[in-house]
Amino acid sequence: MDFLSYLINGLGLGSVYAIIALGYTMVYGIAKMLNFAHGDVIMVGAYVAFFSISNLGLPLIPAVLLSIVVCTVLGVVIERLAYKPLRAASALSVLITAIGVSYFLQNAAQLLWSSSTKVFPSVISNGGISWNGLTVSWLTLITIGVCVLVMICLTLFINHTKTGRAMRACSEDKGASTLMGINVNLMISITFAIGSGLAAIASVLLCAAYPSVFPTLGAMPGIKAFTAAVFGGIGSIPGAFLGGLLLGVIEIFAKAYISTQLSDAIVFAVLILVLLIKPTGLLGKRIREKV
Amino acid sequence: MEENRKPVLQVSELGIDFGGLSAVNGLNMEVYEGEIVGLIGPNGAGKTTVFNMLTKVYQPTRGTIFFDGVDTAKKTVVDMNHAGVARTFQNIRLFGGLSVIDNVKTGFHGRITYSPLSAVLRLPVYRAKEREIEERSRELLEVFGLTEEADQLASNLPYGAQRRLEIARALATEPRLLLLDEPAAGMNPQETEELMAMIRLVRDRFHTSILLIEHDMKLVMGICERITVLNYGMMLAQGTPEEIQANPEVIKAYLGD
Repeated sequence: MDFLSYLINGLGLGSVYAIIALGYTMVYGIAKMLNFAHGDVIMVGAYVAFFSISNLGLPLIPAVLLSIVVCTVLGVVIERLAYKPLRAASALSVLITAIGVSYFLQNAAQLLWSSSTKVFPSVISNGGISWNGLTVSWLTLITIGVCVLVMICLTLFINHTKTGRAMRACSEDKGASTLMGINVNLMISITFAIGSGLAAIASVLLCAAYPSVFPTLGAMPGIKAFTAAVFGGIGSIPGAFLGGLLLGVIEIFAKAYISTQLSDAIVFAVLILVLLIKPTGLLGKRIREKV
Repeated sequence: MEENRKPVLQVSELGIDFGGLSAVNGLNMEVYEGEIVGLIGPNGAGKTTVFNMLTKVYQPTRGTIFFDGVDTAKKTVVDMNHAGVARTFQNIRLFGGLSVIDNVKTGFHGRITYSPLSAVLRLPVYRAKEREIEERSRELLEVFGLTEEADQLASNLPYGAQRRLEIARALATEPRLLLLDEPAAGMNPQETEELMAMIRLVRDRFHTSILLIEHDMKLVMGICERITVLNYGMMLAQGTPEEIQANPEVIKAYLGD
C-alpha cells in the first residue's frame, strides 16, 4: 500500500511540475528561448493569491482567477519589454536577459513584500478519500485533476483551433508564417500569456501543498519543471506532461526509499542519464541536419 | 488586349542596396489581372530579391510598389499577404512538422477568422468556421492531387508533392498575385509538363495573376505572356517570349560572348 500511496503523491507533485513545464516548453517551442524568469512568475502568482485571500478576503476561486490575470499580464509585459527587443539577438543574450528578469522579479518582491516568509492560508480541506487503508488527500486529487484538465484543453487548443495551428506554424518557420499572413509577434504574446496563466494555477497548487510564500519561492520548482521539460523533450507538450509526472514520481520514490537529502541529486542524476541515452529527451524531436 | 485589363502590380524605379552594393536598380514592371509573367535572369541577377521586396521581407531603398492601385510603402509582410500577395520558396519552406492538411489550413489563417474566445467556448461560430477551413483545405488538396496524403507529415512527402503543397498553401491565403520562386526546380521534364498545366489551371480557377521566377526556358516560354529579364540587378529586357528569345542582349547575358 505504501508503494501505491507514494506513487499517487508523486503524480500529485509531478502534476505541478508538468503545469509549470508547459510554460517552459511552449515558450521554447515558439520563441526558441529558455525563459528562466518563468519560476518567478510562479512566485508573483503565489503572492497575488496570498494577498487576495489573506488581505482582501477573497474566496479561493476568485483569488486564483485574479492571480491568473496578473500573471498573464506580467508574462506578456516581460516578453514585450525584455525579450521582444532581442528578437534578432543571439540566444545567449536572450538567456542572460531572462536570468536578469528572474533576479529583478525576486528582488522586486523582496523590496515590496520583504524577505520574511508568509504563511499561505489553508485553502483545501485536509481530508481525503480512503480506500482499503490507502488515503489520498483532496489536494492531491485536485492537483492531478487540474493537470489532466489543463493538458486536455491545451491539446485541443493547439491541434484544433486556428490560433493553435498558427502557433505550431510559427514554431516551425517564423519567416514562412509571416508570409502566410500570420502575426508572429501576436502568437509569441499568446504563448507567454498561456504559459504565465498556467504558472499562476501552479503557484496556488504549490502553495496549497507547501504553504510558505517567499521571494525565491519559484526558483526550485522552476528549475525542477525546466528539468521536467528537458526530460520529456523540450518543445513537446506531451513531453512536458510526461516529464513532469515522471520527475514527481522519481522525486517522491527517492525520498521514500533512498534518502530525503539525496532526492534532488537523484532527480538530476536521472535527467543526466536520460540525456546521455536520448539527447533530445523522451519525446523530443530529432533535429535534422541539412546536408 | 492589355488596355481592358487592370494592373494588379505596378513597380516603378524599384531598387535596393545592401551596404554599398546595389542589388536591384531601376526595375519597372506591371502584372495585369489574370496574367502570367516571367522574371528571368542569370544566377545572382536579383530575382529573389525582387520577390522579397514585393512581399516586404526587404524594404526597398528606392522606387514604388503599387498593389491594386495602392502604394505599399508602409505595409508589413503580414499586410502584403492580407492585401493579396502570396509566394512559394526556391528552397521549399513547408511546415515540416505539421500534417499536409494543416499546412494548407495555416494559409486560411488571415482569411477565415473567429475570436479565440469562441474557440474556448466552442461556440457554433467556431465549429462553422473550422468546418469551412477544413472543407476548403480539402478542396485545395484535391486540386493538387494530395487528398491521399492529407494526414501525413509534410516533411515526409516526395519532392514534387512538396512543391505542389507549397502552391496549395499559398493559394489558401486567396492571393490576387501569386509569386512562384523556381517552381520547376529539381523536376524532371514530365513533372515540368504537369506543372505548366497546373499553373494555367491555378490562374483560371483561382483568378489570380502569377509572377514566376524560373530557369527552365521551356516552361517560361511556354506559359508566360510577358517576360522581364534581369541581369546584375538591372532590367535587361522586357517583352513577349518571342521578343525575348530574339533579343541579342538576352542571348549575350545567358550565353556569354
